[in-house]
Amino acid sequence: MATSTTKTTDRTVPVRGTSVETTKTFRPDPGEAPEEDLREAVLQLEREGEWIVQRVPEPYYEAPTKYGRMKKIPYERTWHHKSCGQCGHIPGYSTSIFWLNRVLGYDYFDPRDQTSCTAWNYYASATSNQAAQAAVAMRNFAAAYETGYFPLIHCGTSFGHYKEVRHELVHDHALRRQVRGIIERLGRPFVIPEEIVHYSEWMYAVRDQLQERVVHDLSPIVSTVHPACHYYKLQSGDAIYDPEIYGGQRTAVVTGVVQALGAQVADYSTWYDCCGFGFRHILVQRDFTRSFATLRKIEVMKEEANPDVVLTHDTGCVTSLDKSQFAAQAHGRNVGVPVMSESQFAALAMGAHPFRVTQLHWHSTDYRPLLAKMGIDAEQAWAEFQEDVKKIEAGTMDYLTWESVL
Amino acid sequence: MEKAYADVPAEEKTRLYREVVQDARFDTYLYGCYECGICVAACPSARFYDFSPRKIAQALAREDVDLVYEQMNDDVWNCSQCFSCLRCPRGNNPGGLITIMREVAVNNGLRTTKEALAGYTRIIYKIMTTGTQVSPDMLQEDAFPDWGPQVKDVADHLAVWRRALPPETMHTTALSWDVEERTMRELYAIWKWTGTLDMIAQLDEGLHDIMEEIMDDALEDSGIDAAVSD
Repeated sequence: MATSTTKTTDRTVPVRGTSVETTKTFRPDPGEAPEEDLREAVLQLEREGEWIVQRVPEPYYEAPTKYGRMKKIPYERTWHHKSCGQCGHIPGYSTSIFWLNRVLGYDYFDPRDQTSCTAWNYYASATSNQAAQAAVAMRNFAAAYETGYFPLIHCGTSFGHYKEVRHELVHDHALRRQVRGIIERLGRPFVIPEEIVHYSEWMYAVRDQLQERVVHDLSPIVSTVHPACHYYKLQSGDAIYDPEIYGGQRTAVVTGVVQALGAQVADYSTWYDCCGFGFRHILVQRDFTRSFATLRKIEVMKEEANPDVVLTHDTGCVTSLDKSQFAAQAHGRNVGVPVMSESQFAALAMGAHPFRVTQLHWHSTDYRPLLAKMGIDAEQAWAEFQEDVKKIEAGTMDYLTWESVL
Repeated sequence: MEKAYADVPAEEKTRLYREVVQDARFDTYLYGCYECGICVAACPSARFYDFSPRKIAQALAREDVDLVYEQMNDDVWNCSQCFSCLRCPRGNNPGGLITIMREVAVNNGLRTTKEALAGYTRIIYKIMTTGTQVSPDMLQEDAFPDWGPQVKDVADHLAVWRRALPPETMHTTALSWDVEERTMRELYAIWKWTGTLDMIAQLDEGLHDIMEEIMDDALEDSGIDAAVSD
């Protein structure tokens, strides 16, 4: 995207987009990849009778990854491995993913036979171990396989952690046998998916279909993208990279979708920094999270790009970057940008209700200026949502149905 | 200046050090150290704490048993587990080394670990007994005063706002989504069979006992033979 400027009330900030400052194009050669293609080992183990490999259902999209290998992304028949933080505290995040599937007419499954990956526990308190984490992952994979739907993982941490688990199970036969014993004792098949797929990869795969359904002019909207650490730093080889976006030097998910929707993506210098979530820190040592999220992320974005919205693709990132701004604002810091997932942003762009679908009332930082700039009447939408709430309270409506939001 | 934890016998420090380096993950997490500091430059915790992933890698690479013990007590809980340190040009995984060191600290019930996780036990309870970590009813203003009045809004309207969600699995308040009973029982069996429940006994015996009772009662009715010896 070419460099442009964004005019704000008090100043003009140049928008440095996602083109790199070189004419050289880097096209990775899979033959030169510094890491093995673990998927080949996964299939070899299937040939040796070690496990079943669940194939990506057809039709699928093929996306380029960091070292130029192609990754299969299913369009439909997806088993939605939900995120505890998204469903618990940012429910518009998951709802938007489901809504987008429905709008595109894709068949999906929202399971009850699913636990979280429990990696929040593993990373926060270490009150778990390799075998437990692998057994939790393989139990969920078995549950997906039994439905005939393919796992699509909503949380960046679950996605990254499951790739760690896959790596450990491939390379450690003792662990593999231990976990196989556990899964078989539960009466479940020992099965691993052919690809481990994050929902933001699905968003990337369907971005042109999303674009066709955009109903709001997003050209004035400037966004900044926070790439989630556990999406592309853990087992980094199969994250999606596109030579057309950041010259293939950063992951293309989120950015590719936002640009397809017609909004601007502005660059900022601390893009590689984490959000400050910290797992343990966000709950019991939040002074760290607040400081990092605001000083190293939001304030830098404000200073360098002055975005209308911060978009990301993981649970903890939305939480840290959104909730941390209240205290900083009270101290008069240069913050105050709404934060949401690209799934919520895409849903809004495609006409989703801001409260019935994207559920923005669960977010902390003021999102109304963004909605106004997108041409969405927040006041009217809130009044409509309040009518729903009254009906639920009065018992005349059991709950909000999909039929009422499509 | 006297070394930290000088009162702890060398044999004890060596025992814990060995537990770390004998972990199956260790050999793929540490290959040496160039001492370049790239991991520190990328590390969020290094910006706000007296903390360095480089020192973690170096202490383990040099087999500095005293320093590893000190780090296991004073440093490891500062790590954000973001894994930005995977930028290491040597191929190290300092965040992964810290994961192992934390597990050893938990398994051995170190006093500093109990202190670091003192406020965290209700989260462990939630994760291990429900299979979902962050439930909607955890959003309470006294727990998150720095998140502003919006948290109170959610808490005040929680039940009705959850019903104002189109996905039927998400009308829950005590769980992030509706988890089947069978699913939870299978999770309990996993905690027992992998020794995870036993880890909690080292950390908080009371919490362990409460969870064990919940899990044993559920498993008794489930038809799952949860005997650990199997």
